[in-house]
Amino acid sequence: MSSTTHPFLQVENLARIYPSPTGGDDVTVFDHVNFRIHKGEFVCVPGHSGCGKSTILNILAGLDSASVGNVFMDGREVSGPSLDRGVIFQGHALMPWLTVLENVSFAVKSRWASWSKQKVRDHAMRYIELVGLKGAEHKKPSQLSGGMKQRVGIARAFSIEPKMLLMDEPFGALDALTRGVIQDELLKICAETQQTVFMITHDVDEAILLSDRIMLMSNGPHARIAEIVNNTLPRPRERSAIHKQPHYYPIRNHLVDFLVSRSKQFGSLRDAPDAPSSPAVFDPADLIEPEPAVAHALPVGKPHIHLVNA
Amino acid sequence: MKTKLSLSQKAGLVSVGLFAVILLVWQLATLPEATTTAANVDPEYAALMGGAASSASSFPTPAAMAQTVWEKLSDPFYDNGPNDKGIGIQLAYSIARVLAGFFLAAAVAIPLGFAIGNSRVFYQALNPYVQLLKPISPLAWMPLALYTIKDASASAIFVIFICSLWPMLINTAHGVANVRRDWLDVSRTLEVNPLRKAFRVILPAAAPTILTGMRISMGIAWLVIVAAEMLVGGTGIGYFVWNEWNNLSITNVLFAILMIGVVGMALDSVFGVLSKRVAYQE
Repeated sequence: MSSTTHPFLQVENLARIYPSPTGGDDVTVFDHVNFRIHKGEFVCVPGHSGCGKSTILNILAGLDSASVGNVFMDGREVSGPSLDRGVIFQGHALMPWLTVLENVSFAVKSRWASWSKQKVRDHAMRYIELVGLKGAEHKKPSQLSGGMKQRVGIARAFSIEPKMLLMDEPFGALDALTRGVIQDELLKICAETQQTVFMITHDVDEAILLSDRIMLMSNGPHARIAEIVNNTLPRPRERSAIHKQPHYYPIRNHLVDFLVSRSKQFGSLRDAPDAPSSPAVFDPADLIEPEPAVAHALPVGKPHIHLVNA
Repeated sequence: MKTKLSLSQKAGLVSVGLFAVILLVWQLATLPEATTTAANVDPEYAALMGGAASSASSFPTPAAMAQTVWEKLSDPFYDNGPNDKGIGIQLAYSIARVLAGFFLAAAVAIPLGFAIGNSRVFYQALNPYVQLLKPISPLAWMPLALYTIKDASASAIFVIFICSLWPMLINTAHGVANVRRDWLDVSRTLEVNPLRKAFRVILPAAAPTILTGMRISMGIAWLVIVAAEMLVGGTGIGYFVWNEWNNLSITNVLFAILMIGVVGMALDSVFGVLSKRVAYQE
């Protein structure tokens, strides 16, 4: 899809190895993780816990460091946390002693230390309005519902206008209805801001709704990126109509099929841990004719995989 | 009487009732024992003890006590020389010493606690010292203080300092070490500089724990000042208690006890208010 000439984010041969607590062999959570993210692209990583998704996200954020490998963003190596990469945390991570406005202003002030109070406030308010929290700006996080708290987290992350946004299961703690509403808002904001996003989720539908590409990871230890699914659903997407798209069920079935059964079968990779990682790419556009919804009981994905060199 | 009483109204009624019961028991216990004394005590012994004097206890009746309280409180700041000062002056001396020692301790304990809480190395290095020094009764330092400082009042302040130090130090270190990782991660991703992080993130996050430490310290300081002033003498509520004991004025001792309680409660409630102000709900 996008041109591969200037990858915005490049992850090379990333691995995370923990020394064994019992003194035996070291535990390799993941290794040979290679991927690229282009500017403006929305990439989702669904997957099982334990394969190191969150660790990868923390390494991208600069909060954690890899045992092996490098991360480059915009041509420069990531070596620590930076204002260029906004993070939306799973547990919203708002400071409970600050109001909504103060929480967002804290971030804005961190980004533009020389700005006047008024300018910081106006800028923060703009993002608070963007997530639909106007009127609640003087409330403390404890007075807000879970969904509203996460919106503040989103406003805070967007307010610093990062080059890239990292989200670690941002809606995991929300109920399904609230999650849907916030997903819609996120979709809208990302479309407006052309934000580059790397997002971890355990929700397949969320991944399909939001992403341009979905990276599938095999189970750990020695987890790696096993497949990349190109999400060909046209934008703008509507949560209410997305399942009527011809590519919806092939993609969804492929993802579920992978997560439920095939993610375990990548054990063969562990036998050759030094084998270069070359994830298969699944692209529903390769299907000769999109299967109608009735056929979705069949494992649609398997025959349509071809390998590319990463 | 159909109206329902609120919880605090009920509690208030019980409190007043309890006070009435205490007064009644007190009154009964301090009734003049003239008849019983005459019946039970050997007349020769009574004569030896001064006869009439034995019948009236030094322990005041509630009415006599109330009168003393009224007299003392209506003129709290008179000064008739070293052995006769108003209760306000004595309390002011004690409070001044407590505050001096307390704030000196806070000035040391809070920054040091910050450092200990932030660094595992520092924490482990200082932990044995803290554990060793913490259980020492603050009054045990008194001779050392008197010897080195050579000033009674300053020694009392030092004793307050040393007893206020530990709860504040330990709580500050604990509060700082247990700031939620999420908040620290947020400030890391926002590239917040260390000073701003300390004052805008760690301090407010640890403030409730730090204030609890300060409150405990203040409570201990107010306990210790009475004992310290009994030792160093001269001025203060502790000295007043001991002086009135030497005068065998149980009424004044009782009055002083009451005042110690009132001031202690007031100091604690100040910290109660401050705690509420820095508290946050997650």
